[in-house]
Amino acid sequence: MPEQLVFAMEVTLNGLMTGVMYALVALGFVLIFKASGIFNYAQGVMALFAAMTLVGIQQGRVPFAHVINEIFGTDIHYFGWEVPALLAILLTVIVMIAFAYLVQRFVFKHLVGQEPIILFMATIGLAYFLEGVSDLMWGSEIRNLDVGLPQGINDWIDVTTFEALGYGFFIDNLDIAATLIAAILVMGLIAYSQYTKNGRAMRAVADDHQAALSVGISLNYVWVLVWSLAGIVALVAGIMWGSKSGVQFSLSLIALKALPVLMLGGFTSIPGAIIGGLIIGVGEALFEFAIGPMIGGATENWFAYVLALVFLVFRPQGLFGEKIIERV
Amino acid sequence: MLDNAAEGYVTADGRQIGPVVMEMRNITLRFGGVEAIKNISFDVREGEIRAIIGPNGAGKSSMLNVISGFYHPQDGEVFYRGSRRPPMKPFQVARQGIARTFQNIALFEGMSVLDNVMTGRLNHMKAGFLSQAFWWGKAQDEETINRQKAEEVIDFLEIQAIRKTPVGRLPYGLKKRVELARALAAEPQILLLDEPMAGMNVEEKEDMSRFILDVNDEFGTTIVLIEHDMGVVMDLSDRVVVMDYGKKIGDGTPDDVRSNQEVIDAYLGVAHD
Repeated sequence: MPEQLVFAMEVTLNGLMTGVMYALVALGFVLIFKASGIFNYAQGVMALFAAMTLVGIQQGRVPFAHVINEIFGTDIHYFGWEVPALLAILLTVIVMIAFAYLVQRFVFKHLVGQEPIILFMATIGLAYFLEGVSDLMWGSEIRNLDVGLPQGINDWIDVTTFEALGYGFFIDNLDIAATLIAAILVMGLIAYSQYTKNGRAMRAVADDHQAALSVGISLNYVWVLVWSLAGIVALVAGIMWGSKSGVQFSLSLIALKALPVLMLGGFTSIPGAIIGGLIIGVGEALFEFAIGPMIGGATENWFAYVLALVFLVFRPQGLFGEKIIERV
Repeated sequence: MLDNAAEGYVTADGRQIGPVVMEMRNITLRFGGVEAIKNISFDVREGEIRAIIGPNGAGKSSMLNVISGFYHPQDGEVFYRGSRRPPMKPFQVARQGIARTFQNIALFEGMSVLDNVMTGRLNHMKAGFLSQAFWWGKAQDEETINRQKAEEVIDFLEIQAIRKTPVGRLPYGLKKRVELARALAAEPQILLLDEPMAGMNVEEKEDMSRFILDVNDEFGTTIVLIEHDMGVVMDLSDRVVVMDYGKKIGDGTPDDVRSNQEVIDAYLGVAHD
């Protein structure tokens, strides 16, 4: 097999796994957008906040330590215990659910029926507010996140591909784990929305608010539910990205990577978010591999957006989005 | 005739009508400076078909929206099953066993007919979060029972053939029927129908009338309906409230209403001019 082709295969595989990570972030957007028509700009910051909270709980850090020390003149930073990863994840989930409740109770409950642009503005405000809270609560240093996911090169793939193709693929165990977890998460979400009472209520609210009310569904409850789910998805995304490159402010910028994914896959489709993520992941990796060297590299920064623009021109509703039909 | 029948009465065709189940007392509803409903009182008896009629803009739909919690009157009280009902959100009203349909149809267009009807069963689903999430025992039994109920309603309204069709693709008349099916699936005590025959052709109107009578007869469901089409209403209902410009101008059996001079002037008179 020609060398270039083998390299391209490795690039594609890695691109697919990066794509899964993009899809995870996009998924959080889709959940909220579908049920409430809110484009949640804060999704990326939610991932950052969730990851920060997870690390903080795990390491037994005192939340708001800086503020407390400032006021009381103390010097405490740690509780002096360490929380096992699984328990810490569970506690973080509870924090994210509480966050969902507060957001609904104090922000979006009062904005029901407002223009989409106003709701969008509110999420921008929310994003920066949450970033500040995250800073205040846990500090702004880069933190290492380790919840026990495997890391490093996968030896089995390395050896197998070396024997078969004469070149060992470098596939990170973390990416494999992320892919598996993402797959389980997505299947769980789909099953949840298809077969449970709350899932049915979610789909109903996504479809028609008035009809949902008339069959006894509380919109508020469903909105808290979708914000909670989006918070949990943000936590998963935060864990994956955080384990890969540390928990830091730039984590919140992955939200920007989810934008082209959404344009591609459609804002209202869970499968769309997945396929869109994969196309972007593979597309930008292959483009960088094939064309990048000729034009000086760093094409990952913009390729996804160009791809999304092209898609927008030909299919404004995205690959799987609901068709936009205007009756005249 | 009705005043001395606190415990109910028997209709000409032999149906037993029960005591008052819902009472509207001095309801006044304003939108800004406009009074959509002016000090209206009436009651609804168990098992009866109660119609609210009146010309366009008389405030009929507003009244239905007050009953179903979509609007909150500035004055007046709603009594339901003997006690005063505090101001409620529409979903709370629905959970009290009052189901409704809409004049402009509010269905879940992206879902199949069966899924739409199943949403009507939501308030009958109780299985806990974990059991649902993992599809254990209780949730599964419940799903089977609810599915069965939904299928019964689908059979009853003769929409088996379109069970799996996405609602968005159905013609208007069938959508109206699906909406009725969803409301029925909730096994409501009171069923509110907002112009169930609006925009239908003669044949569809006949079908719908038959279904309304059958529902009332078979399940004993109390029905409050708003209609425009006088002929249909007079044939269907046991008692009729007539509204005009937000005021009540008549209340009684179809015959009473027909011979009420004020009603004739305001409504029928115009129609027969």
